[in-house]
Amino acid sequence: MITRRDFIKYSLQGAAAIAIPALTIEILNPSKLFASKDTKKVRWGFLVDTQKCVGCGFCVRACKLENEVPYDANVSRTWVERYVVTKDGRVLTDSPKAARDGFTRNDPAGINIKKGDIEKAFFVPKLCNQCENPPCVQVCPVGATYQASDGVVLVDRKWCIGCGYCIMACPYGVRFFHPVYRTAEKCNFCYHRITKGMKTACVQACPFGARLIGNISDPNDEVGRIIRTERVTVLKDEYGTKPQVYYRGLSKEVR
Amino acid sequence: MKSHVLRPLYVVIGIIALVLIIRGFIVPKDFGVYDRGYMYSWYRKSNEDEWKAFKVKHRSSEYCKDCHTDKYSSIMQTPHAIIQCENCHDPAIDHPENPPKLSINKSREQCLRCHSYLPYPTSNRANIKAIDPDNHNPDIECVMCHNPHKPSLEGFKK
Repeated sequence: MITRRDFIKYSLQGAAAIAIPALTIEILNPSKLFASKDTKKVRWGFLVDTQKCVGCGFCVRACKLENEVPYDANVSRTWVERYVVTKDGRVLTDSPKAARDGFTRNDPAGINIKKGDIEKAFFVPKLCNQCENPPCVQVCPVGATYQASDGVVLVDRKWCIGCGYCIMACPYGVRFFHPVYRTAEKCNFCYHRITKGMKTACVQACPFGARLIGNISDPNDEVGRIIRTERVTVLKDEYGTKPQVYYRGLSKEVR
Repeated sequence: MKSHVLRPLYVVIGIIALVLIIRGFIVPKDFGVYDRGYMYSWYRKSNEDEWKAFKVKHRSSEYCKDCHTDKYSSIMQTPHAIIQCENCHDPAIDHPENPPKLSINKSREQCLRCHSYLPYPTSNRANIKAIDPDNHNPDIECVMCHNPHKPSLEGFKK
């Protein structure tokens, strides 16, 4: 004879025993772990020409306005660095306010350099490299930063806990905390624009064609063709992150 | 086996079960592992659509040309044709509804972004027509003499 107390107890135990596997089986699903990596048809890539960039900063301005990054805060999804190499071997670099207002004075890092002392000088736009093997994604403990199937690394603002681990993991220093949302923030190739067939805000704003974006999986794509057939390089290749932002005419001073 | 040793174990198992059940309700159904495997694509799928739905603000000069045909066609005949309207007039967003009027940046700094002379040999900056901002009419706005839509003082190019 089963008592009412025992009946309720066994019923609850039985229900819990059934419920646990159903709820937890999703945590590790081997078939999903081995999901194919070769199904992607779109792979967004970026090309930067350091010769064409004149340091006007229109790209940085457009990016901040487009992506609602507070205009006067000292953070930006993209920026332009100035490099001035003097004849006596000094390398001066700066990027005041991420070059939002452009470079209008020959005062790299606050030092006035005479025209005759300059060996070479150029501008290097930088942005998130949308790495093929992104370290920021590997370290995210909650799955808030991830790589979409088209290669773009995105940040889920609702899921980010603000631990900052991804900011530390990025070897390129492209990540920061968004001052308003207080979550990890970075360039996402204007995901809302490229997925609608538009160019990123920085590419569109650049008057000199120093920035280009394209689907490098498409054999007819201009960016893909240049990457395949011309001499281009990436930043910090030795880290094995396989950046998908390629540079034309990069100088050895740039790191 | 009613043992005081096993009771704490039951409590621990109960807590774990409770956490897992709560997790089952809190974690969205679309949170999982996607195309690039566990290491790179463990995320909430609907976040992709949230980013795709982000508001587009820069509409490009193509958006401007139908209503401002005269301005568009005149600037297209100058070297400034390569500059997007929104670089000086702010993002169009849903103009003319929102905002009804776009601002115009007529500041000297706006022109100096490109036209302040920098002697940088390995950059195209050195090839742009430029001035020394300290000596070329330092106190007045460029637009006092130059029309940005027709910048050359001699008029249209060619």
